Amino acid sequence: MSTSQTAAFVRKDMLPPKDPPTSQAGLVKWLRENLFASWLNTVLTLASLFVIYLLVTHFYPWFRHSVWNANSIAECRTAIAATWGEGATGACWAMLRERWHQFIFGFYPPELYWRPIAVFLGLLLAVAPVLFTQLPRQMLLFSLTYPLLAIWLLWGGSAWPVIMIAAGFGIGYLALRILGDISAILAVVVAIVAPVLFWLFAVGPLDEVLTKVIPLAIEPVASDRFGGFLLAITIGAGGIALSLPLGIILALGRQSNMFLIKSFSVMFIEFIRGVPLITLLFVASLLLNYFLPPGTNFDIILRVMILVTMFAAAYIAEVIRGGLAALPRGQYEAADALGLDYWKAQRLIILPQALKISIPGIVSTFIGMFKDTTLVTFVGLFDPLKGIPDFIRADFNWKGIYWEPFVFVGAIFFILNFSMSRYAMYLERKLKRDHR
Amino acid sequence: MTEPHFERDIDRSHMQVSDEVAIQIENMNKWYGQFHVLRDINLTVNRGERIVIAGPSGSGKSTMIRCINRLEEHQSGKIIVDGTELTSDLKNIDKVRSEVGMVFQHFNLFPHLTILENCTLAPIWVRKIPKKEAEETAMYFLEKVKIPDQALKYPGQLSGGQQQRVAIARSLCMKPRIMLFDEPTSALDPEMIKEVLDTMIELAEEGMTMLCVTHEMGFAQAVANRVIFMDQGQIVEQNNPHDFFNNPQSERTKLFLSQILGH
Ligand SMILES: Nc1ncnc2c1ncn2[C@@H]1O[C@H](COP(=O)(O)OP(=O)(O)OP(=O)(O)O)[C@@H](O)[C@H]1O
Ligand SMILES: [Mg+2]
Repeated sequence: MSTSQTAAFVRKDMLPPKDPPTSQAGLVKWLRENLFASWLNTVLTLASLFVIYLLVTHFYPWFRHSVWNANSIAECRTAIAATWGEGATGACWAMLRERWHQFIFGFYPPELYWRPIAVFLGLLLAVAPVLFTQLPRQMLLFSLTYPLLAIWLLWGGSAWPVIMIAAGFGIGYLALRILGDISAILAVVVAIVAPVLFWLFAVGPLDEVLTKVIPLAIEPVASDRFGGFLLAITIGAGGIALSLPLGIILALGRQSNMFLIKSFSVMFIEFIRGVPLITLLFVASLLLNYFLPPGTNFDIILRVMILVTMFAAAYIAEVIRGGLAALPRGQYEAADALGLDYWKAQRLIILPQALKISIPGIVSTFIGMFKDTTLVTFVGLFDPLKGIPDFIRADFNWKGIYWEPFVFVGAIFFILNFSMSRYAMYLERKLKRDHR
Repeated sequence: MTEPHFERDIDRSHMQVSDEVAIQIENMNKWYGQFHVLRDINLTVNRGERIVIAGPSGSGKSTMIRCINRLEEHQSGKIIVDGTELTSDLKNIDKVRSEVGMVFQHFNLFPHLTILENCTLAPIWVRKIPKKEAEETAMYFLEKVKIPDQALKYPGQLSGGQQQRVAIARSLCMKPRIMLFDEPTSALDPEMIKEVLDTMIELAEEGMTMLCVTHEMGFAQAVANRVIFMDQGQIVEQNNPHDFFNNPQSERTKLFLSQILGH
């Protein structure tokens, strides 16, 4: 028998699997691949380690020297000098012990703190079914009523105006339901006009009568008592909730075949995006007063919220437009061919897919907007980053405190924004799993 | 051109063509800007007819059948589908679209919905059929196209042939009276082409009115009762399949046939 080149080969016993060699597994492998893969990689790793070392050695003592019990910054400094020697620096968290409630609630009356707390817990409850579709759908009913409930609890006063606003929405909904079968356009027009007329003309007199009969009121809290994270979250959450639908409408408007709607959307988006937010905030605080009839008391927080919403909506509209453009034409054609009308096609086919593509961009916009709420400091509101700390520094005891508020407020912003970003990643993964 | 072989005999008992007119196109013209894509199209399709439309690329085949359900708008002439004239009146367009099913070259399933949801969406939202009933109908048609076990999967998890059969089932769920096919098999691998054609043949056997743009000449010979040849936006020739293939009249048709049949 000789072995020729074309000898047939048959394996008799199969090879059992073996462990990889140690240099190919575990920590060693990871280090080699990720930190020391090449000489350039090694240099960068060492340089990074050095930077980390510098940062830690600089900041660690400041945290380590923290003082929690003191009544003024002077006491803090004495305590630090006593323990760590003359010239040592340290964080004076004692300020937070005394003033944390102002960072959270601003100047909201302390005996009424339960109201914003209830509103915040309610927010979690209202948002949960929107974020997690596994939860029972009935919870969405609460989410729908929540905004008005929150407004009433936060600002207090008579419950009737808030109930009237709800009634207006109810009227609009009824109009849609009843007229929807007759003519879609008529239904939409009536559903918009009827509630507006109701709010403009019927609410005033009705409110007077009802308040006389059943005075349903809690103690009012004026807008200038809002501040800190209460203010930031109120504006931020309101802005997020309102800017998404507005952004969707603008994005659809920009794609529309109807010339007027298209031009209006384009002008709105381009104008808002071309102007700094601070300009818009000044418009909210100063200019709107010129346009509104004299004597109208249009709440400053509401005004700011409207402009922040418009600002975010313009960005979201562009993000969603990208998502819409990414959908193949075939999706529109299939929807048309099946006889779905424009709105149904948008709602059932186009938007679910376009929004899914747009999630990262939308969440970035939300995060940006939430951070931008600190700019309201320029129109005299007490935002947590500058308004409140400046107010605290005005107190002689805390004059000169600088880094602590930034660190504290920054940390809270980070936690909130990081959660948003994590949720967005969860959602993306989930949708990807669903649609494969 | 490989011609798929249809082993079984085709049951022609329900394939009668009635006198009733399903689609009537009169002197229809269409332009894309300055470009005259469809020129003076005249075509009458009776109920139960199975028409195959062939022609070189760019001859306007897709544009013509897309005019029938108003995916494209024509600029002059008349299109009457099932007694409803297509004008800019949205009511008429919706009515025609819910009577006419369409199957596309690239399936165009909705990737974010399951197969079952793809099939029930239009019946529920356009026809306002209760969900449960719509699901029963959907399962009936999915069974017909032989993929009931895939109902809960998403389109991305199916093969091309399966997706196209779902697309056919999705159209059928609207109980259309007319079906349009725009090159339903040209994005598919050869072995999948046959499963889709088989589904279409079954549909023909049940007497569905069908307009089908395709290059599958075997299919045309097996089920069509008329073949239409288009070139440069015009109907150049139409005839029964036997005469169309064996005795083409125009030079263009002869040239086209020699290219497509490849010998
Ligand atoms: N939206 C459009 N705008 C401008 N021209 C178009 C448009 N759609 C199609 N055309 C042109 O119209 C002509 C007919 O196109 P159509 O898609 O109907 O051809 P077809 O016969 O279906 O070709 P194929 O076999 O390649 O699908 C082509 O020349 C094409 O370039
Ligand atoms: Mg085509």
